[in-house]
Amino acid sequence: MYQFQYHRPKNLAEALDLLAQDGDAKLLAGGQTLLPTLRQRLAAPSALVDLAGISELTGISTKGELLSIGAMTRYIEIIESPLVQATLPSLARAVALVGDPLVRNRGTIGGSLANNDPTADLTAAALAMHATFVTDRRSISADEFFVDLFETALEQGEILVRIEFPLPDRAAYVKFRNPASRYALVGVFVAEVHGDIRVAVTGAKAKVFREHAFEAALQTEFSAKAVKGLDVGTTGLIDDLHASAEYRANLISVLTRRAISAAMIGSHRGA
Amino acid sequence: MPDVTITVNGKREVRSVETRTLLVHFLREQLRLTGTHVGCDTSQCGACVVHLDGRSVKSCAILAVQANGSEITTIEGIGTEEQLHPMQEAFREHHALQCGFCTPGMIMRAIDLAIRHSEADETTVRRELEGNLCRCTGYQNIVAAILAGAVAMRPHV
Repeated sequence: MYQFQYHRPKNLAEALDLLAQDGDAKLLAGGQTLLPTLRQRLAAPSALVDLAGISELTGISTKGELLSIGAMTRYIEIIESPLVQATLPSLARAVALVGDPLVRNRGTIGGSLANNDPTADLTAAALAMHATFVTDRRSISADEFFVDLFETALEQGEILVRIEFPLPDRAAYVKFRNPASRYALVGVFVAEVHGDIRVAVTGAKAKVFREHAFEAALQTEFSAKAVKGLDVGTTGLIDDLHASAEYRANLISVLTRRAISAAMIGSHRGA
Repeated sequence: MPDVTITVNGKREVRSVETRTLLVHFLREQLRLTGTHVGCDTSQCGACVVHLDGRSVKSCAILAVQANGSEITTIEGIGTEEQLHPMQEAFREHHALQCGFCTPGMIMRAIDLAIRHSEADETTVRRELEGNLCRCTGYQNIVAAILAGAVAMRPHV
């Protein structure tokens, strides 16, 4: 690992100051991606600004029909939260599929979403449920947030504070794992939020995306049958040693149908 | 170099560390607690698992400065040679190792698992062990040991 300065600010204002003073500083959340990256010397930030001590970035609460989760909330806290289990169990179940249990004891939802790994799980959850990303200065919709490979709409020096999930009428996530890395070879999150049906796919392109043809078919009839036979095509799909583009295209169709069935079995709130 | 105060196996340690020092290297090289192993270079194997404030974590994916102010338990802190921890005893009883390199991480993970899932069945144990790799055993005896260890760890009524 290269040398770096380490800061542990006590509040959000202090963290923003540190970022403003040093353009090469990076935020440290749970560190489950960043620290292995630094160990491989794939990055050389001048400083790490550790967000772990900032209470403004933690906590899970509901505000009307929204579930709000602080960016520094660890996966394990989401999985074990009675509030998440009661209001948004499909999210708790998706979080339980991230990484391995040791990663889930440290990793954070905000760290994962701000990293925007093309094979991450929670990007699909946020996009399918039309989550809102609240930062120190503005709100960004999920449709705008995920810009490109490992790139988000967050600006230099901007800090993600919390993510707000509208509570879906029904929702489910189905993941086909790469057995070695446990990342999603393909993952599909289907959600119906206030009558609006959204299908988000991760692992298959440079960034998470919505499968609009499926959404339109499901809007007419919410059933696995409604999307059967619809061709997703292979344009833009990742084609690598783990899976061909055709294989991924097939997985998108199969997993979408499974996610629809799972969402239908689960009644209220994507149970 | 910043100073850190970390309570390790009940003992308060105040040391100077480089900011880039990983917790696992702090434990092994500065405190000479070499029971915590480094099995890979990519944070995938789980040989370095310790408990940080009661939760099992990979000490190779945490900086020592991040652990400042926290409580760490390592494999050296759970039992004695005269009185092994019930999970250690279960690993011995079930011969849950061959080369033994992954064992400290396995046991630290298993203890956390058993505390959180005291009624764990085989499926749960295998799922909850996904972050720990063993390249010798094929896991069969490890799973058997954890099931037995979890029973032994249940509070007696």
